[in-house]
Amino acid sequence: MDLPTIWFILVGVLFTGYVMLDGFDLGVGGLHLFVRKDEDRRIFLNAIGPVWDGNEVWLVTGGGALFAAFPEVYATVFSGFYDAFMLLLFGLIFRAVAIEFRSKQPGRLWRGGWDTAFAIGSLLSSLLIGVAMGNVIHGVPLNENHEFMGTILTLLNPYSLMVGVFTVSLFLMHGNIYLILKTEGELQQRLLRWVKVTIPIFLVLFAIVGFSTPALLPHIGEALARKPIPLILFFVLAILLALNIPREVYRGKEFRAFLCSCGTMASLMILFGATVYPNMVFSVPDPANSLTIANGSSTDKTLGFMFVVALIGVPIVIAYMASIYYIFRGKVKLDAESY
Amino acid sequence: MDVEILSRIQFAFTVGFHFLFPPLTIGLGLNLVIMSALWLKTRNPLYHNMARFWTRIFGVIFAVGVATGIVMEFQFGTNWATYSRFVGDVFGSPLAIEGIYAFFLESGFLAILLFGWNKVGPKLHFFSTCMVALGSHFSAIWILVANSFMQTPAGYFLAKKVKVTEDGTQHPLSANLAEGTYTVKEVPLPDDYVLQQADLTSVRAVIDNFWELVFSPSSMDRLIHTTLACWLAGTFLVISVSAYYLLRRKHVAFAKASMKIALIVASITALLQLWSADSTARGVAENQPTKFAAMEGLADSTTDAPLGLGGIVTWERDAEGNRVGINESALKIPGLLSILVSGDFLNPGKGAQTEVKGLNDLPSDAFLQRRYPDKTPAQIADVRPEYWPNVPVVFQTYHIMIACWGGIALVAFLGLFLWWRGKLWQPEHSRFIRFFLWLCILSIFLPQIASQSGWFTAEMGRQPWVVYEILKTSEALSEVVRANQVLTSLILFGLIYFLLFLIFLYSLNSKIQHGPSEDLTGAELPEKWRPLSMKGGRMEDVGKSPPQ
Ligand code: HDD
Ligand code: HEM
Ligand code: HEM
Repeated sequence: MDLPTIWFILVGVLFTGYVMLDGFDLGVGGLHLFVRKDEDRRIFLNAIGPVWDGNEVWLVTGGGALFAAFPEVYATVFSGFYDAFMLLLFGLIFRAVAIEFRSKQPGRLWRGGWDTAFAIGSLLSSLLIGVAMGNVIHGVPLNENHEFMGTILTLLNPYSLMVGVFTVSLFLMHGNIYLILKTEGELQQRLLRWVKVTIPIFLVLFAIVGFSTPALLPHIGEALARKPIPLILFFVLAILLALNIPREVYRGKEFRAFLCSCGTMASLMILFGATVYPNMVFSVPDPANSLTIANGSSTDKTLGFMFVVALIGVPIVIAYMASIYYIFRGKVKLDAESY
Repeated sequence: MDVEILSRIQFAFTVGFHFLFPPLTIGLGLNLVIMSALWLKTRNPLYHNMARFWTRIFGVIFAVGVATGIVMEFQFGTNWATYSRFVGDVFGSPLAIEGIYAFFLESGFLAILLFGWNKVGPKLHFFSTCMVALGSHFSAIWILVANSFMQTPAGYFLAKKVKVTEDGTQHPLSANLAEGTYTVKEVPLPDDYVLQQADLTSVRAVIDNFWELVFSPSSMDRLIHTTLACWLAGTFLVISVSAYYLLRRKHVAFAKASMKIALIVASITALLQLWSADSTARGVAENQPTKFAAMEGLADSTTDAPLGLGGIVTWERDAEGNRVGINESALKIPGLLSILVSGDFLNPGKGAQTEVKGLNDLPSDAFLQRRYPDKTPAQIADVRPEYWPNVPVVFQTYHIMIACWGGIALVAFLGLFLWWRGKLWQPEHSRFIRFFLWLCILSIFLPQIASQSGWFTAEMGRQPWVVYEILKTSEALSEVVRANQVLTSLILFGLIYFLLFLIFLYSLNSKIQHGPSEDLTGAELPEKWRPLSMKGGRMEDVGKSPPQ
């Protein structure tokens, strides 16, 4: 395998880590306003309390890795999607701050305000992440220097908005399953009922996105014709894993249900990566201007060196992150240090 | 206003705001390690309360540091896309390494630090404290390596991207060749190549030697200098809060013990900072003489150059208002600058012979001639001021930083002296002690002002370059981002950060008012930790070993 492909996969791993982990944080945020009791809301917050910050680092590191390995892509995407990324940053800032400060004061107005900020920040971030991915699949206008030629309205096309809404539903489902894992008693019962809504919504939207993509976008149709096996395989795998979630939930196997949900997300990310590869930013109407892993990457020297760096670092990170998750396993208990 | 100035303001504002917080976490991290180590060693619950209180403060600061840090990670791409394309091969690596080796470490173990009291034992908790502190230092290392590349580029060469067909002929990047018939290659450019605006689509800085990049001429100086600045920032937070408790006669045992630790750390660090500052300044004199002349407000090259202690520097303008030189009037110590630059303190007479270049000779004629081969020497002298930074501002920020060092050293050493004379702990008996404790409370601002003005010196002194003497700031912008977009985001950042800052202060204040636990019996320790605690620790036992 050539180095740009390896880095395509590595950046993909980092972003997959991000959506798999911060995905449930954002989902919990989206569900936050659906419980009303202060204690329930605190349980929601503390379910993600110790881990959300570490989860966000996957995004930061993914961004850094994109900069190092594919600087042209980093430059094109972030300057081209300027307004959208500023909104995403504001969303993430509000979410972080709301988690930190909400429970510091008892006032109803104070808490209500931060609860809303937490929910809106999370939903907005989920939507924008989805819209960004939607545009990468859909393609955006680039000129011959790979500069983005559109405006924010170009980005808010119906297809990308659909992917955005789909992403919100995905994160909500994932957050729902995660909360089942972290709660008990009456609250958990309620969350179990919610699954009957969140999973079907996700599946319907997935079917719509999945079947309309090759139909609406000719270049994806071609990609499907060129490499049907992996694409269909991961499409089916994502559906099967998602269908397995309710089964595990009703058998009381919460952790397995959560793993299936993570598996759905991973399959979706692989599907996404396999669909766009070897393009990184597809250009419409002129595909010749597309940014690919070949014309967007750093030199082999940098890629090779950074590969060694990542090969040493990433397993260590995964090892201690897993231990930390292990230390914080089990149901949420509110105590003096809780949010 | 145009995109350039707006983007610069936005970058300076967001990074300046971000940089209020990391120094506190880095410095507080160091203090937390010391406190937790003392608790493990003495088993005195007082140190546990201390670690616990400062950990809560740490959590609040960290959250704001993270929220503002994410913005920085993406801002190179959003506002400085041309820069990102140009240096990505070199500059992206330290940022990626920072993510993998620093941010994960910090944020992961922070979970244990903040929420793990009832989940892990004291040893693992101490280990997590160390990892968080280590992680925050790693992030300082890598971000400064990246930043130092912009100040003193090293370990790279400039190359032109071309399309090479199978028979080996090179075509420009814009050539329209059929897909699959060519590969893109980087061809090194000659050493005397001068970057042209038109080449920015195809010329790139390409990594040559990674370790030369890491150990660039300025990186180690700046790393040490900034790390020490961070230690001072965190330590003075401890000093300030402890002084407040002492004045209010609240949590006195806690405040005394915290103050002792902090005064020791602060005095040592202040001395180290003087040494590091000398070395940093000498590095600037060698590597970035134009910046150095601006910092010192030196117009003409001279031996026996004097050291300015403070004063006023203004632009000298011609009839049309163009900058042609500087006027300065400053309080000076004759000859000292030459001696400092030479580093030859044992031989001041000889050191004073060292010539220090002034702005009227900088950047050098040879450098300018290469950029303007057709200009006569007189015309060269005319364009020179375009290659100067904003001298009046750089001069002032530099001297503000130095003045802050004076204040820092005063507080630290006077504090040590008063502690040694046993006077510091009785503010009710002495108006002077009360005054000094007030000074301590306010001293939290000194390292913060010094750090901010230090960065302004370093970054504004580098102008008009974004990568020193290679790429101009004005050429580094995003092609596709418009002024109104940046203006909008800048206004929103302004509002959001203002709000954030108010909430931060409010929250910090309520934590300080709430104060640490007063319990010295160990009854409030996490359950699993209690058997380890020294029984019935009393105030007088602070610092002594536990009864056997
Ligand atoms: C990794 C790189 C990096 C780091 C760690 C910093 N900066 Fe910087 N700074 C830049 C990279 C940079 C830059 C991207 O290179 C800018 C943007 C435009 C420019 O000329 O340089 C810049 C500009 C810039 C300016 C505007 C200069 C001018 O317009 O003349 C100021 C005042 C600061 N920075 C201040 C800071 C502060 C207070 C920092 C403390 C943390 C800091 N910088 C860290
Ligand atoms: C342009 C420059 C900078 C960028 C791109 C940047 C990027 C970031 C990012 C993305 C985070 C959040 C990480 C997380 O989610 O955990 C962060 C936090 C942090 N940064 Fe920065 N940073 C910059 C300047 C600096 C400087 C100059 C220092 C120190 C010398 C520094 C030290 C830290 C530390 C210690 C943290 C942890 C959070 C905290 O302690 O507040 N950063 N930075
Ligand atoms: C005698 C006092 C001091 C002197 C002579 C001094 C010297 C310098 C110099 C020459 C620079 C510019 C480096 C560059 O452009 O690359 C600098 C930068 C800086 N200074 Fe100081 N400094 C002093 C005290 C302090 C103190 C007390 C602090 C903070 C507590 C501080 C914080 C900084 C910071 C954060 C920077 C920017 C980072 C860097 O470029 O290294 N300085 N200092």
